[in-house]
Formats: sequence, structure tokens, C-alpha cells
Amino acid sequence: MKYVDEFRDPDKARRLQAEIARLVPATGATAERPLQLMEFCGGHTHTIFRYGIEQLLPEAIELIHGPGCPVCVLPMGRVDDCVTLAERRDVIFTTFGDAMRVPGSRKSLLQAKADGADIRMVYSPLDALHLARNNPEREVIFFALGFETTMPSTALTVLQAEADGITNFSLFCNHITTVPTIKAILDSPDMRIDGFLAPGHVSMVVGERPFDFVAEHYHKPIVITGFEPLDILQSIWMLLRQLTEQRHVVENQYARIVPAGGNAAGMDAISRVFELREYFEWRGLGSIDHSGVKMRDTYAAFDAERKFSVANIKIADPKSCQCGEVLKGVIRPWECKVFGTACTPETPMGALMVSSEGACAAYYNFGNLTELMAKRKAVNA
Amino acid sequence: MCLGIPGQITEISDRETKQAIVDVAGVKRPVNIACIVDEAHPVESCVGDWVLVHVGFAMSRIDPVEAEKTLALLTELGEAQAEIEAMQTGAR
Ligand code: SF4
Repeated sequence: MKYVDEFRDPDKARRLQAEIARLVPATGATAERPLQLMEFCGGHTHTIFRYGIEQLLPEAIELIHGPGCPVCVLPMGRVDDCVTLAERRDVIFTTFGDAMRVPGSRKSLLQAKADGADIRMVYSPLDALHLARNNPEREVIFFALGFETTMPSTALTVLQAEADGITNFSLFCNHITTVPTIKAILDSPDMRIDGFLAPGHVSMVVGERPFDFVAEHYHKPIVITGFEPLDILQSIWMLLRQLTEQRHVVENQYARIVPAGGNAAGMDAISRVFELREYFEWRGLGSIDHSGVKMRDTYAAFDAERKFSVANIKIADPKSCQCGEVLKGVIRPWECKVFGTACTPETPMGALMVSSEGACAAYYNFGNLTELMAKRKAVNA
Repeated sequence: MCLGIPGQITEISDRETKQAIVDVAGVKRPVNIACIVDEAHPVESCVGDWVLVHVGFAMSRIDPVEAEKTLALLTELGEAQAEIEAMQTGAR
């Protein structure tokens, strides 16, 4: 496939691998005290595991898998709210497939569907709008989640609903923002990150400038990164170059997709429909200021939260679940006490085990399980 | 969910709502192009564009020059490396 295959070329990957190995010693990192590079985005985590990129890297580089998977950081209470909305008889509840298996305190959306709720998986929010058009006697709710990447699509769908005079369509808005979250990570005392791979598709919407603070204020190098294996390897190489030259700037590896200024039409749609929330609750990370958006008053008629007065329940994560520590990179996924035993992709306790972009599911599916379980025993002994 | 896939726009299906048809690896599906049109690049001029498709929306026009530059850099990187290796083996 054009623009995909050429960025998977094993020959170029080997060259990058050699360059990375050559540069690492100059950073002063060793296997005992490795460089910690964080990929923020779950899409990157997925590529890293799918292509075994960690195995290509010297031991002196450790990849920390960040919290950038919107499904994984969805708090249990939010899932409960979804289930309650979906159980209303007048409602068709629509969602991206990824969210179906995230555990709530009562049940997941998948279980609710099995129990008779009208829940439908859609590929695009426009498909949900289409359902509303065809089912005027029902209320169609779209479960809007995702970072800035997905915000323009839901905002534009609301604007389309308004233009078409459709009144039985609304969003249950759970969109989250990237910058406050990276800031929370950088401010967290138990963290030591040497550089960041910035999310390529968020950047395609917001542009390069919102990441300036990482370089200017926190003095960390950050590279906007694409999603093919060569993209990731090249960005790691670019981070190493900055580290060896003691520079810290925002660089853009993914310029074929990410214009420096982002996407003006997308940003415009976002700011017309959404505004920042005071704070938003994250699974495992707790509350982070300004880390989510809600719908503006002008669009209250399209806001499921107001239309159906959502309870906004708060449920604590199960005690044995260590998702928060994994999300912050404090422990590795396989070090969690329930990894692979009480928590597996079939019976997930935490959301990191649900999504293919979640770090725990990635280790479980692509890692050497026997070896990991043995290591975990040693760590927890 | 945050992933996107490259596709090529083959036709405009509804000028008013900015809907087009995109070909993704031989599969055709509707796509909204509101995010990639502006005065300099009106709806009509989108046919033939390569775009990144995400949840039914064309989110960015792929820049062929930048794509080429990235690949060229990686090729060069390899060549320099090969040359160094050749020098090292030659010196032995
Ligand atoms: S193994 Fe399960 S409970 Fe533990 S961190 Fe991973 S997802 Fe959370």
C-alpha cells in the first residue's frame, strides 16, 4: 500500500538500528541506567509490539508506554454511565468497537448488549448520525471519546446534525486533551523521562507549537512521530541525536502528514462545539486539570450529559489493579500482581488489558508469557 | 482507534456536505473532506488527493515531497553507514 509499505522496509530499519546503537553510548546511558523514552500514544505502543521494535533497541534504551490510549484511561464510572444510557428503551447507543469490552462496575457495553440493550458499533460518528436520521422515533447517542485526533470528526458531526435539523442525536462527550496530560506526567515526582515521541495524529490536528513547553520549560527533546516501524525508529534516532548534542527542541519526523500549523478547519470545529472542562477523571491517574472537554452551552441540545442527566458516578478502581503505576511507567505491565492471572484479555480487570493499544494487552499478546511470568514472580517475591 | 489509513479520493459525492469517495487499498467508502478544503484548495480540486482517513474523515492531505524526503534521508543514512563500514573493513 502506498505511503505504508515504504515505511516498513526492513533494510532501512536495519540501518536505523545500527545508527541507534552507534549513538547510544554518547548519551551516557547503560543497561543498568537506561534512557527512558516515552511513547505517549497507544497507536505507537501497538506498532512497537506488533513489529518487535523493543528487540531491535540496545539495552540502554527503555521504552515507557504512556497513557495515550483513550479507551485505557476511561474510568469505570464513565462506563457505568454509558451502560445506564444504553439501557434506556428509547435509546440506540453507538460507539467505536474499542470501547465495547472495557469493564464497568456493573458490566461492560458488550455484556449490556448481550442483555438486550440496543448498542451498535460504528466506524464513524457520521454513521451514528445516519442512524438518527433513519430512526426518528429513537434517541441516538454517540459515545465520543479520543484525543484531539478524533475531536474534529465528532464536532463536525454535531455541526452537520445542527445544519440538518436533526434533534434525536447527541454526544456523550468523553474527549480528552494531550497537553495537560503530558504536563501531569512531567510534574509527577516518581518519573524520570529523557525524551518523548509525540503523538503524530494529535499533532496533525493541533500542530507543532502546543508541544513547545516540553522543550522550553522542561528541557526535554520531543519528536512528533508517525505510526509505521521506520517512523518510530527514525524518531528514536532523532531523540538520540538531540540528547547527544544536548539540544531539546520539538522536531517533526511525520511531516508528510503533520503540517507545522496543524489543521485549521478541524481546530475551528473543535472550538465551536467544545470547551475545556475544569478537570477530568482518568482511570489510574486520577483527576487532571483541564484534561477533558465538554460541549458548549450553544450545543446543549446535542449533549447527552444534559439531555439525559447522566449520574456521573465515581467508582474506585479495584484494589489489586495497578493500571495507574503502569500508565506512569513506574512499573512494567507484567509486574502488576494480577497480570496474566486474574487479569487477561478474556477477563480484563483493567482497561490496559482490553484495547489492542493497551500496554498490558500488548505484552500479553506479543510478549513471551512464560518468561514474563517468571520475571514477575522474581520481582514480587 | 487513533490510527489512520492512507487513501486516495476518487470522486466528490456531495459538494454541499463535503462528502467524497475514498479508495483505501481497493475498498471504496464515503469520507468527509471538510478538514482538507479551504479557499486555496476547494472541494473540486480534491479528486486524486492522497489523504489520511480517520473514523470517516479525511484529516490531512499527505505531502508527497515530505514523504520522499523522509525516505531519501533514511537511504542516505544507510549509505554513509555502508561507506564507514567499508572503510573499517578496508583498514583492517
Ligand atoms: S494487568 Fe490488568 S490490572 Fe494490572 S495494570 Fe494491567 S490492565 Fe491493570
